[in-house]
Amino acid sequence: MKARRKPAAMANLRHSVLVVNRRALFAGAGMVLLILLLLLRLGYLQIIKADHYATLSQNNRLKVIAVAPPRGLIFSREGELLADNRPSFALVLDTGKVRPIDATVAELRELLQLRDEQLETFRGELRSRGRVNELTLISRLTERQVAVFSVNAHRFPGVRIDARLSRFYPDSRYWAHLIGYIGRISEQDLTEIDAANYRASTHIGKTGIERTYERILHGSVGYRQVEVNAQGRELRVLEETPPRPGHDIYLTVDASLQRLALDALGDRRGAIVALEPATGAVLALVSTPSYDTNPFVDGISSAAYAALRGAPDRPLYNRALQGLYPPGSTIKPVFALAGLDGGYRTPTTRTPCPGWYQLPDSSRIYHDWEHSGHGQVDLKRALAESCDVYFYALARDIGITRLVTFARQFGFGVPTGIDLPGESSGLFPSPEWKRKTHDQPWYPGDTLNVGIGQGYTLVTPLQLAFATAVLARRGHAITPHVAGQIEDPLVRVAVEPHFEDRLVVRLRAEEHWDEAIAGMEEVVHGTRGTARRTAADATYRYAGKSGTAQVFTLAQDLAQRTDKVAAQLQDHAWFIAFAPVQDPQIAVAVLVEHGGGGSSVAAPIVRRLLDHHLLGASAPPDAEAAPATLPEDADGGAMAE
Amino acid sequence: MAEQWRSRNLLDRMHIDAPLLVALLAVCLIGLVVLYSASNRSIDVVLRQAIHFGIGLGVMLTIAQISPERLMRWAPLVYAGGVALLIAVMLVGTGRGAHRWLELGGFRFQPSEIMKLAVPLLVASYLRDRSLPPTATEALLGALIIAVPALLIAEQPDLGTALLVASSGMFVLFLAGLPWRMIGAVLALGVAIAPIAWRFMHDYQKQRVITLLDPAADPLGTGYHTIQGMIAVGSGGLYGKGWLNGTQSHLEFLPERATDFIFAVYCEEFGFVGVVVLLSAYALVIIRCLRIAFVSQHVFGRLLAASLTLTFFVYVFVNMGMVSGQLPVVGVPLPLISYGGTAVVTLFAGFGMVMSIQTHRKFIANI
Repeated sequence: MKARRKPAAMANLRHSVLVVNRRALFAGAGMVLLILLLLLRLGYLQIIKADHYATLSQNNRLKVIAVAPPRGLIFSREGELLADNRPSFALVLDTGKVRPIDATVAELRELLQLRDEQLETFRGELRSRGRVNELTLISRLTERQVAVFSVNAHRFPGVRIDARLSRFYPDSRYWAHLIGYIGRISEQDLTEIDAANYRASTHIGKTGIERTYERILHGSVGYRQVEVNAQGRELRVLEETPPRPGHDIYLTVDASLQRLALDALGDRRGAIVALEPATGAVLALVSTPSYDTNPFVDGISSAAYAALRGAPDRPLYNRALQGLYPPGSTIKPVFALAGLDGGYRTPTTRTPCPGWYQLPDSSRIYHDWEHSGHGQVDLKRALAESCDVYFYALARDIGITRLVTFARQFGFGVPTGIDLPGESSGLFPSPEWKRKTHDQPWYPGDTLNVGIGQGYTLVTPLQLAFATAVLARRGHAITPHVAGQIEDPLVRVAVEPHFEDRLVVRLRAEEHWDEAIAGMEEVVHGTRGTARRTAADATYRYAGKSGTAQVFTLAQDLAQRTDKVAAQLQDHAWFIAFAPVQDPQIAVAVLVEHGGGGSSVAAPIVRRLLDHHLLGASAPPDAEAAPATLPEDADGGAMAE
Repeated sequence: MAEQWRSRNLLDRMHIDAPLLVALLAVCLIGLVVLYSASNRSIDVVLRQAIHFGIGLGVMLTIAQISPERLMRWAPLVYAGGVALLIAVMLVGTGRGAHRWLELGGFRFQPSEIMKLAVPLLVASYLRDRSLPPTATEALLGALIIAVPALLIAEQPDLGTALLVASSGMFVLFLAGLPWRMIGAVLALGVAIAPIAWRFMHDYQKQRVITLLDPAADPLGTGYHTIQGMIAVGSGGLYGKGWLNGTQSHLEFLPERATDFIFAVYCEEFGFVGVVVLLSAYALVIIRCLRIAFVSQHVFGRLLAASLTLTFFVYVFVNMGMVSGQLPVVGVPLPLISYGGTAVVTLFAGFGMVMSIQTHRKFIANI
């Protein structure tokens, strides 16, 4: 073949070789250039940006997992568990890894047979906190759901089952208004908490003790550094800082008294607050109707929540702390003290009571609840029979300014400072207040109404219980509180929060206390006391005062015949008491909304509470056996105006 | 001189080019070492790849026995056979998404692999004793030889392989001295066709191009490969994390870590120093092949050896460029390092031709 080549072809060949050589050299140069380019790029990645990529690689490999601290438990005074942590399984979804989220959720809904309202909370959170990595889809999976998901887990990358502790309130109805509940952390909560400490937490105290003592109950977050593979599976733990569990709280509340109080109110609306005067400890605090707090923990469905909110008897409303009612005659012992201390009355000063009262330059008649009048009334009788005319005259003599100053000492118009959220400060009216809010002058008649606890004056059951405790301790007071001991579960050391014992009411003469308290004793033990029937067989001495808070101003004859007045228009029944008189162990205020007379409705409840606390659970419930209605005893929340 | 003659005689008799063989074995050895790590210490995978290498070496030595003259004569036959098989694939082929494989009696292979060699072989053979640079007609005919299989492969669809096959033939035309203006015209045509081609591209192909332009656009989707590859490469640093210590690969962040992305594993564990070592080994192969091309005394040998070298280089460059985030993820394995039998056998077959060109040199020159 080559042999046959002609010289011209040979020249051609030489030229061709030259062409190829040139191109091959060019290609070689190109390759060198490209290799240099490659080296430059790799050098850039591996030398200049090495640290950057090393960090990214570490971030890939290492995951710092925040570990939520177990929440502190809540116990009653005797150690009954009131707020527990129970193991549960939650389904969590990593919004960064699941794609598309909607389709995955739809699939899970089908697989686990979830109902739409179960996904409600998740959907809300997805909208507001979608950027957060992990969101809880379902808080408490059933065992069956756990099994079904586990089998299908491979189909759902980024979705996993998280074993956690869920709050559970055994017997929650008895404790709803006291302990409150925890709920999912909301956008609002996020602005108020230390986000780092809540990195692993899903819940936060929303109401009650759970809210007030959130910082103590929550504990501190822990961390675990783990190595993960690309699927996010944890391969090994590299480093661990265990969380510090929240502290346990032992309440001051006596569980049996609390139960008795709620049961005593039954299906009536009302509130009971019982305090230990010597310590300020809350022995019982109930508001009825109550409700089950457990559904709130994992997000109550909007339908159930609407039902609770819309219920006419407003179960969510904490009447003990927020309910505002005129104190009625229960405020009379305080004004009796004001009269004695200011020198306006002596214990024996008598006021004639014809059954009505009239201001000198006015034609207006102010009635006594007893139409026929009480006759000549001294202080003891005025309290025992709750004579309105005595206190009309007394209030007028003292004057509104001094009444305000004196009443404030007992805590009227100011919050007690209890360690529960949402407490109302109540209202004790003054001429300035009336001018400011109603743009009206203060009339002399207003003072008379204040004198018998009606009109503008508003108190909470807690305030009234507090004032009763102040009476019981003759001017001494300790801020009411629910938390007794706080215990670190790791070291089992309990600390008791300190509450200062302070003298809030200082009288010119100590005997004045005796006079007022004697009057209150007469209410229950006296022959003409408004509550004499409920105290008939008491083995201890106690002091009390009934009260009736007017709801509506009715024509007098109509108001007298309670049976004709619709339940909604009936007056609120009050009774306050402390016992025993010589060494007060308990001070209590009972309110029954629309209950009618304080002596007939509220006083028997007080008796049962006192019996229980002083005599023990074994005491026969005599008070209950007492006649339910004693119209003639019905105390005078008098018909002013 | 006499001693050299004797040794050459011995290797010549087996038609082996010792420097090329040594360089290739060096690369293969690196490949097996990385593969052990990339496969999570699977002796099984390493053994299978070693068997691939063995088969490849066998094929290389067999082809090296065939004289370049016979290769020229067989070129049209091989080419025609390859095209026939490509048509067969179109009709009865198998494969996920794209028809690439042909099953013959339980044996699966990709006919497109044959074309990686058949195309440059036929083009070089066609131009072997024409005066170079080629005329326009010759260039067009050469282009036709390239276009037929390239289009058939693109139709499968396997755009990456089609481009590689096309470029292997185009390298021959380039080396043959195709005038620059024609090259310019072809490139201009390519740019003009690109938007039209874009419309005919499959979504996943488009996605790859988009990903190259902005890998962070979809870090969990198609950008994932690129980002994780770059993290592996970069985190290796200067000296690497050490053999078997790459976290990106061993914790499964790297996709395709035994095949297309094995270079990322290598970079992570051996660092920039390792990269220089590997590139040096490749450079030895390339330099030796280019030298063979230069000393070849016939145009066919020069064209074929140089074009095969260029193709080999392109594989290396495209794969490394892809892993380091400079080129789109096109699915080109790293020659002799990535796990896989077909590619190894094809590569060794190519080197067999190069060795044939070298070891039959004296015989031809003597005529």
